[in-house]
Amino acid sequence: MNFKIILSIARTHLVSRKRQTIVAALGVAFGIAAYIIMMSFMTGLNGLLDGMILNRTPHVHVFNDVALSKIQPIDLSEKYKDHTRIVTSVRPEKTQPRIKNATVLAEELRSLSEVKAVTSMVRAQGFYIGGSSRLTASVMGVDPEQEALYYKLDDYVVNGSSADLNATPNGIILGKGVADVLSLSIGDNIQIGSPDGSNFQFKIVAFYQSGLADIDKVQSYVNIKSAQRLMGESVNYITDLNVKMHDMNGAPDLAKSLKLSFDVEAVDIQTANAQFETGSSIRTLISYAVSITLLIVAGFGIYNILNMLIYEKMNDIAILKATGFSGKDVQRIFLSQAMIIGMIGGALGILVGYLVSWLISRTPFETEALPTIKTYPVNFEPIFYIIAVIFALLFTFLAGFLPSLKAKKIDPVDIIRGQ
Amino acid sequence: MSVILESRNINKFFHKPVEFQVLKDINFSVQKSEFVSIMGKSGCGKSTLLYILSTMDTDYEGELVLNDQILSGKSQNELALVRNEQIGFVFQFHYLLSEFTVLQNVMLPGLKLAKKSPEEVEASAMEKLKLLGIEGEAKKIASRLSGGQKQRVAIARALINDPLIIMGDEPTGNLDSKNADNVYTIFRDLSQEKGLSLLIVTHDLDFANRTDRIITMEDGKIISHK
Repeated sequence: MNFKIILSIARTHLVSRKRQTIVAALGVAFGIAAYIIMMSFMTGLNGLLDGMILNRTPHVHVFNDVALSKIQPIDLSEKYKDHTRIVTSVRPEKTQPRIKNATVLAEELRSLSEVKAVTSMVRAQGFYIGGSSRLTASVMGVDPEQEALYYKLDDYVVNGSSADLNATPNGIILGKGVADVLSLSIGDNIQIGSPDGSNFQFKIVAFYQSGLADIDKVQSYVNIKSAQRLMGESVNYITDLNVKMHDMNGAPDLAKSLKLSFDVEAVDIQTANAQFETGSSIRTLISYAVSITLLIVAGFGIYNILNMLIYEKMNDIAILKATGFSGKDVQRIFLSQAMIIGMIGGALGILVGYLVSWLISRTPFETEALPTIKTYPVNFEPIFYIIAVIFALLFTFLAGFLPSLKAKKIDPVDIIRGQ
Repeated sequence: MSVILESRNINKFFHKPVEFQVLKDINFSVQKSEFVSIMGKSGCGKSTLLYILSTMDTDYEGELVLNDQILSGKSQNELALVRNEQIGFVFQFHYLLSEFTVLQNVMLPGLKLAKKSPEEVEASAMEKLKLLGIEGEAKKIASRLSGGQKQRVAIARALINDPLIIMGDEPTGNLDSKNADNVYTIFRDLSQEKGLSLLIVTHDLDFANRTDRIITMEDGKIISHK
């Protein structure tokens, strides 16, 4: 009941000063809209940029590295145990690039609860043969379905899709750079020479475009079996195991334990891409700094307007107090004016923020690096809108609090006497 | 006759700029349906006394009793409720909320008290306006009224919660003689017909002479009751 009168007085004050009210609300709306637009756009971009790395990189990459043996024969000799031992011109042992017992290891990994998926891959080297010229080829033998599911292969495939690899025997997703150099198009055949000298023919089903010219000139994707055949190996031949985990933060531990328990090299994503998190956290920080600054400016606007209003309304305050409104009631009248401005501004800001974000998300944005992206990435997550509303109410409350406290403390006798 | 308002040994000091005693040992009472005026020269402390009696000023020594209730020492919130329910005010300047309609101005203290529904408060506000002959202006914005009309609206507002006593600080000070006469007649009717007590600070000797009793003050002391 009491609240109703307070609100109606607050409303009358606001309505009789339409222009000031609108300016104050617009200030809040501007801050809120800027916050929403910046956060949506920034996190959208962050997601895109992080995705470029995260989507393509396994959380743990298991492979067999060619490395020097840490223990040389002399180290095992009892006789020279206490001597300084110097071995020069050490060469690595001849090893195959395949992972030993890959299928067993893959099964082992799949049985771990923190592991989401394990995909096998065969990296094959060879040559693209175009007439008399031979271009270096790096052919990835993959399971197209899994690769699309866990590593977003389709985001980088143009003029076709990864599923075409399974549909076409001897299909290949050819690097766009290679295709341009050899002027090949979809449906054409391409010869690939294997390291041991034999030639294999593949049919082009799509192009691969990563955006990095050096990679696109070399890399192609084929079915895992085709890659094994190219290498002249059996179905057990696996060069890489890519592990995707439920929580990527567990990757370093898993990589460490794999290195200890199996005779393999394992690299976690944090080690492989140490720099990527820094960029996104700084961008987020900047967005917050700018939008909070805007909101503070809007808050000062409200503070000013309310302060002026209270000077204008000294008489009203004295009358209200003389006729039985308590200091708290008067404070609530002015505080609710601030909150009404905040709510109107907040609602307007959300609307404008959403509209502008929507417009940005419809703006064409084409880049070589991301062939499947056609418009700017915008993140429409509701959490930004919720935070924006909380900010709007919080800042207007703070801005209204001091002036309203002043109104509460005004002594009606001073005003009535002063007339 | 019962005592409505009583002042017991009220003293008040101003501390700034120098220590100064404004009110010295004020003792008096107002009976039910009595029409009392307070006179005195400017600066004699009569307005200061009125602000203390009205509970708005709490910085004094002594005891203030309204309707057998000791008000001294009560919290601001309790006093606000007392003002709302039991005391009606009329000031020299009209002191209406200028952006609100006449009706809203009259209704506000009634809505604040919330003892009646908004509809009942509105009906009662219209009745008070009719009593004062300005029901025709009810929907007008307060700032559009003439001085005499505004003062009548202020009286209507003072009456809305059916108070025990009406206090006025030179309510006719700003009005021409015709309007001042009107206000006197209204007050007289209220005390006779409704049994209201009235305590009016005034400079206007004509006005004061027609009241039941004149309290004269000088240098912070009551020098005569008549």
